[in-house]
Amino acid sequence: MLIKNPETKSPRNTYGETLVELGAKNPNIVVLDADLSCSTQTCKFRQAYPERFFNCGIAEQDMMGTAAGLAYSGKVVFASTFAMFATARCLDQIRNTICYSKLNVKIVATHGGVTVGEDGASHQALEDVSFMRSIPDMKVFVPADCEEVRQIIKYAAETEGPMYIRIPRTNLKSVFDPQKYKFNPRAGVKLVEGKDITIVTNGETLFEVLEAAKNLKQIGIEAEVLHYPVVKPFHHIVLKESALKTKKVVVVENHSIIGGLGSAVCESICQSAPCTVHRIGTRDTFGQSGEQRQLMEFYGLTDKKIYEKIIEFMDVK
Amino acid sequence: METFTKEVRKDVLKMIHNAKSGHPGGALSCIDILAVLYKKILNVPLEWDKSIDFKQRDRFVLSKGHASTALYATLAHLGYFSKDLLSGFRILGSKLQGHPSSRVNLAGIEVSTGSLGQGLSIAVGMALAMRLDNINSKVYVLLGDGEMQEGSVWESLMNANSQKLNNLVVIVDKNNLQIDGSVDEIKSLEPLDEKLKAFGFEVSQIDGHNYEEIEKALIEAKKSDKLCAIIANTIKGKGVSFMENNVSWHGKAPNDEQLKKALEELC
Repeated sequence: MLIKNPETKSPRNTYGETLVELGAKNPNIVVLDADLSCSTQTCKFRQAYPERFFNCGIAEQDMMGTAAGLAYSGKVVFASTFAMFATARCLDQIRNTICYSKLNVKIVATHGGVTVGEDGASHQALEDVSFMRSIPDMKVFVPADCEEVRQIIKYAAETEGPMYIRIPRTNLKSVFDPQKYKFNPRAGVKLVEGKDITIVTNGETLFEVLEAAKNLKQIGIEAEVLHYPVVKPFHHIVLKESALKTKKVVVVENHSIIGGLGSAVCESICQSAPCTVHRIGTRDTFGQSGEQRQLMEFYGLTDKKIYEKIIEFMDVK
Repeated sequence: METFTKEVRKDVLKMIHNAKSGHPGGALSCIDILAVLYKKILNVPLEWDKSIDFKQRDRFVLSKGHASTALYATLAHLGYFSKDLLSGFRILGSKLQGHPSSRVNLAGIEVSTGSLGQGLSIAVGMALAMRLDNINSKVYVLLGDGEMQEGSVWESLMNANSQKLNNLVVIVDKNNLQIDGSVDEIKSLEPLDEKLKAFGFEVSQIDGHNYEEIEKALIEAKKSDKLCAIIANTIKGKGVSFMENNVSWHGKAPNDEQLKKALEELC
C-alpha cells in the first residue's frame, strides 16, 4: 500500500478539494470557518457553494455553537480554523454542546504541531489531540498524507458524530498508493514488519519514521512501523501483538508527549503488553519560531533524529 | 393562563424540593414567558418527532439551562411527556437531568444547555439551517441577563446581524440578579436595550409577568422580518414572596416548611 515515488502535496488543498467534491454529492454539507478560510482552504468550498459556507469571523466559540445549531437541524457540518484556536479557545462549546449532544460536527483543524513554523508558540497547537481525546464521544484522527486526508474527510462526511481531524500546515510527502490504500477506521496499520522494536506514529512524522526504519534496517535493526491515524477510539490489537513481539516501543508525534498518541499507546499497552515505551514529541514545553525543518529537528522529529534516538534506546535496553 | 402558571410554579418547587437542589429563582422568573410561548406562539407538535410536520416546527432554545425545571414542568403540563417524570428530576437514571440534555430523548427538549452563553450561537445555527431548507418557522431563544456577561453571546449577536437573519427571536429574562449579587453591581449590561439596538435588533421592553404584554411582543416578533429582541423585565423568584428578588434563592432548594409556605402562597 506504500507509494513507490513520493510526491509533495498540500494536505490543506486536498481538504478544500475534497469538501468541494463531497459538497456536490451531499447538499446537506455546510462549512464554517473563522476568518482563516484561505489558510484552511475552505475557501474552495465557499467559491463552489457560497450559500452553504458561513464565515463566523474571528469568533471560534460562536463558530462551534453555530456549527452545533446547524447539526441539530440535520446538517453535516465541517468547521475549520487553526488547531490552536479550534480546540483551546472553544473547548467548552466542543464539550458541552457538540460532544455532549453527539452532534454531527467535524472539526477539521489545520496547522497542528510545531511545523506551523515562524509564527511561533502562540500558533503551534501541541496539546490539541490531548484536549480532544479527553472528551467523551469525540473521535480523533491524524492523517499522514494527502491521500489519507482525502479518505478520512470522506469517511467523516459519511459517518455520524463529532470528530476532530488534525492536518499540518506543511506540504506532505505522499506515503500511500491511492490505488492500494484503504483507510480503516477500526484498526492500526502495520506498514513495516520488524522484530526488534515497534515504532508507533501518525501525521507528518510517518514519512520520517519510515525513512528512519529503512536506515535502521541497514545496521541490522528491524523496526516494525505502526501507523495510528485513529487516535481515538484507540484500537489495541495491532499494537498489542507488535509490543508482545518486540517488547520495546517508541512513539513519535508532532505533539506534546502528554495526552496525545504517546499517552494513548501507554494506556493501551500497560494493560495488554507492558514494556518500556519511549515517547518522542515536545516534552512539556511550548514551541518557538523557526523554519519548519529546523523545528522538527529541534524537537527530535526528523528521520535522522528518530534514528539516533532509537539507537540510543536500543543500547539502553 | 394564571392557573396554568401557578401549577407549573408549584411543580417547579416540588421538583427542586424533592431533588434537594436546583435553581428556583431563575425558573420562577421565566415561567410566564414559557407559558405564553408554548401555549400561544410556538408551533411545536405534541406528538414530537412522530409528527409529519416535525421538520417545520418552531425551535426553542433554553440558553439559561439552569431554569430546566420551568421548561420540564411546562412541557409536562402541556402533555409532551408524563407529569410522573417530574419527580425524577436530578435523580440517577432520570431523563430530567439537572440541566437539559438532548442525549436522553425527552420529547420537547431540543438542545443540551447548562454551560452559559452558548444557546444563542446554537439558535443562530438553527436559524441558518432553516433558511437553507426553506422552512418558514422561527427560532426562539431565552437568555438570562447574567449569562449575557459571556463574550460568546455578543459574538453571536454580531453573527445574527451579519447573517441578516429574519427568523430569530431573542428573549432576555432580565431578572437583574446572578449568583453573587446584582447584575448591575457585578458586571453591568446597561444600557442593554441600546446595546441590542446597536447590534441590529429591533428591541421591545415588556413586563415579563404580564401575559398580554408577553403575547403582544411575541406576536409582533413572529410577524416581523427583522431581528427581534424582547427584554422581559422579570422578578427572580416570582410568585413566592420570600424568594422574590432574593439572590440567595438562585440555586437552593426549599426545605419542607419553606415548600409548604410557598405552595400555600400559590393556591
